[in-house]
Amino acid sequence: MDVMPKWAEVILVPLISLLLAAILSALVILAIGEDPVAAVKLMVTGALGSSYGWGYTLYYATNFMFTGLAVAVAFHARLFNIGGEGQAALGGLGVALACLYIPWPHWSLALVGAAIAAGLFGAAWAAIPAWLQAKRGSHIVITTIMFNFIAASLLNYVLVNMLRPKGAMDPASARFPEAVQLPTLHDLLAPLGIEFSKAAPANISLLVAIAACVVIWVLIWRTRLGYEIRSYGHSESAARYAGMPPNRIIMVTMLISGALAGMMAINNVMGEAERLVMNAVEGAGFIGIAVALMGRSHPFGVFIAAILFGFLYQGGAELALWTTIPRDLIVVIQALVILFTGALDNMVRMPLERVFLALRSAPKPGRKEG
Amino acid sequence: MTLMTKFLGAAAAAALGTGAALAEPALIFDLGGKFDKSFNEAAFTGAQRWAEETGETFREIELQSEAQREQALRRFAEAGSNPIITMGFGMADPLTSVAPDYPDTKFVVIDVTWIEGENISQIGFAEHEGSYLVGMMAAMASKTGTVGFVGGMDVPLIRHFGCGYAQGVKAVNPDAKVIANMTGTTPAAWNDPVKGSELTKAQISQGADVVYAAAGGTGVGVLQTAADENILSIGVDSNQNYMHPGKVLTSMLKRVDVAVFDAMKAGADVKTGGVITLGLAEDGVGYALDEHNAALVNDEMKAAIDAAREKIISGELEVASYYTNDSCPVLDF
Repeated sequence: MDVMPKWAEVILVPLISLLLAAILSALVILAIGEDPVAAVKLMVTGALGSSYGWGYTLYYATNFMFTGLAVAVAFHARLFNIGGEGQAALGGLGVALACLYIPWPHWSLALVGAAIAAGLFGAAWAAIPAWLQAKRGSHIVITTIMFNFIAASLLNYVLVNMLRPKGAMDPASARFPEAVQLPTLHDLLAPLGIEFSKAAPANISLLVAIAACVVIWVLIWRTRLGYEIRSYGHSESAARYAGMPPNRIIMVTMLISGALAGMMAINNVMGEAERLVMNAVEGAGFIGIAVALMGRSHPFGVFIAAILFGFLYQGGAELALWTTIPRDLIVVIQALVILFTGALDNMVRMPLERVFLALRSAPKPGRKEG
Repeated sequence: MTLMTKFLGAAAAAALGTGAALAEPALIFDLGGKFDKSFNEAAFTGAQRWAEETGETFREIELQSEAQREQALRRFAEAGSNPIITMGFGMADPLTSVAPDYPDTKFVVIDVTWIEGENISQIGFAEHEGSYLVGMMAAMASKTGTVGFVGGMDVPLIRHFGCGYAQGVKAVNPDAKVIANMTGTTPAAWNDPVKGSELTKAQISQGADVVYAAAGGTGVGVLQTAADENILSIGVDSNQNYMHPGKVLTSMLKRVDVAVFDAMKAGADVKTGGVITLGLAEDGVGYALDEHNAALVNDEMKAAIDAAREKIISGELEVASYYTNDSCPVLDF
């Protein structure tokens, strides 16, 4: 059934996609009169060349792992959850409320509490579109994306009118108390004798995200629920015939998905900003879609893709700081990568499949690259 | 998890701090964007002037979202930029958390006067004084006795502008009506010319024939609509008289450019640890008079306003500040 060997599917396709995106990006940079080689160098040193750069790359990657997993889980049930943005925003609200109004004695307890609050808020935000899909057949793509706008407006209202401290001008909540400050990678690695930048925001949430990758892998491939989710994704009628209730699967899958997206907030709201600001999600919900597509909805693939996008994000920020390449063009470059790895997957896959077919039908040459 | 350890190992091996000390000054623009023709552009003008006069260069970045504030601050500080000049009250909180981590870097923040930090120089402006003067002008130029005020984001700072303006209007014509509207409650309100235009139209329909925009980039829409509808407008922060010659009554100047220029000139020796408030006396605020609005401002107007200016400087006339008790004696928002 599989035309291509596994390694080609997992490594070659994304790699060629990336290469194409890189070539196009280079052309874009050339067209505005900048040096693409220097730009790439700047991106690499800025994102990976120092522990400071790594700290930011991993910080962004943590965000993308959560949102990527959220999309991936839903995708196994053939549900396209593009509401990660709104679910993560609501998760931020959950974290802010938990951190501001509960006097936590220690950060570890606060982390658990905030993660639960974030998950609950995110799940609640996903529950309504899920219910509409399950009971009313309203398409999840439409409802989740509309819920992003509602979430933005809701957060806007809450921040401006309720959480903003009296007299403050910017729409942001008060700073969280010292007790809920999460240890950064600097704090975590110092006892091991590894010097890590103090300024970088990567924090213990990274470990939570990695743990989430493992848990989701177990859930999807080693549990009964995961089997149901995958069965439903492959064929609703078969799942129904096998006695799996579709409505329940839709609801549960979307709740898990929303909770994962919401949990992103322990990284960006609790770990980094330590207060809730406007637009705290910064598009991570949408990047999650690209991450899940590129990672082929496999938790390990999501992990790798999240780090790649973390690199792109941090590298892009460096470009904005140190070159005259306008911010908008950096978005274009990031978008090209998303386009090639996500949307234009078949453009690379189909010719590649043809090549492999040709190689296979040829009498002997074997399956090495040749 | 072996992959993870490998990554971290590589990270640890890499040397910390990529850029050597450049000691270039850095300028962080607020969400309105560099070319808002107003607040941020004034800063850019000042920086540009410094660069031309000294032949040196400066770093700059336009923020895209709230979340970038801290990263931009840290990145410039890590790279050795000094001083780092930041624009707007949104920087108050990020600065209080970043500045202590970089004791050798000097930070300058415009429009913030209430935070603490040994290496932070805070610069505020007496916007109510300048707004008072343009308010007087508006009342004198108005034929209908109704004038408008379009604010950007609804924050105390902008109410402060509006309050000074209303007092100036009432000083000339106690029966005058001041219509005040805010564009929004989020930073997006600094860059929404379409909404600014709508608000201006609404105010015109209520009889306003002079409209004062204190709204950053949103003001571009206010001035445009005022010119289209053939009424007068008042610009803010930068001199905006040139944008619609003969249609812009004046501009309330807030010399952000001078503040930025001075900070860059002082360089790493910029004085920190205190608050500087620039008012009429320091020429930190004022009104713009040039060839574009000369025909609109007659001698009588000019004499009255200059007299008021002298009185404010000497302390004989005191313009009430919105900040004093978070309310305005002559205007409800």
